[in-house]
Amino acid sequence: MTEMLKILFAVIILFGALLSLLSAIGIIRLPDVYTRNHAVSKSATLGVLSILLGTFLYFWVIEGYMNARVILGFVFLFLTSPVAGHLISRAAYNSKVPLWEKSTQDDLKNKARSTKGKVSQ
Amino acid sequence: MLLQIVLNIFIAFSWMFISNSYEFGSFFGGYLIGLLLILVLRRSFSHRFYLLNVWAVIKLILIFFRELILSNYAIMKVVVKPNLDIKPGIFALPTELEKDWEIMVLSNLITLTPGTLVVDISDDRKLLYIHAMDLQDIDEAIESIKNTFEKAILEVSR
Repeated sequence: MTEMLKILFAVIILFGALLSLLSAIGIIRLPDVYTRNHAVSKSATLGVLSILLGTFLYFWVIEGYMNARVILGFVFLFLTSPVAGHLISRAAYNSKVPLWEKSTQDDLKNKARSTKGKVSQ
Repeated sequence: MLLQIVLNIFIAFSWMFISNSYEFGSFFGGYLIGLLLILVLRRSFSHRFYLLNVWAVIKLILIFFRELILSNYAIMKVVVKPNLDIKPGIFALPTELEKDWEIMVLSNLITLTPGTLVVDISDDRKLLYIHAMDLQDIDEAIESIKNTFEKAILEVSR
């Protein structure tokens, strides 16, 4: 039984490592800041989360040692990483980083123009 | 909602004092009795019975996890696929949420949804500007997901 559980936790941790690897590949492959941000803010989050979860479960079930700090890290990461993704893409847009040329539509452009008009008035 | 929780804890403490035993077990028993009392007297509160709100929060957390896993699957598919046939773009989404924390939770959820990322929020907080990974085929599906999210958040704050 413990062997089965150990294998299960190993699979969880390996899954997290695989997701982190995939998000790294995504950073290299995807064309512009915004699409790269997609890869980072999702895959890296779930990757680190599942590594933490596997570690927590291993120490809890096998070693009988419950570490609540891992759970706290879990929650903090869950709350902060989407906000970080949002802030990075917003900063990129405000400093006029262009979208990929195959992008079809840009509703935010109108908003940027109208606020600029207000400032000049 | 907060009033009901505080009242429930107060009833639990009263139960501890009445039964003169100061342990977790008697606190829990008192809490259950308080829950029953508040359920019976729910007409006299301005908000609805607060367990419904707690249930809505739990449902929201489950949606959070489900969306995280689905979005990872979608990203994985795009990254591993040999040819990059995506059409990214930014679209505006009108929202009916008003309180700041509701908009925060909604944009966090959207960021963790498959293929969408919140780039900006308009100054009057009526529009969310969302960068989508693949605009052509998701656009309407995403709108429906938004509706379920908005509904779930409104359910929490009702």
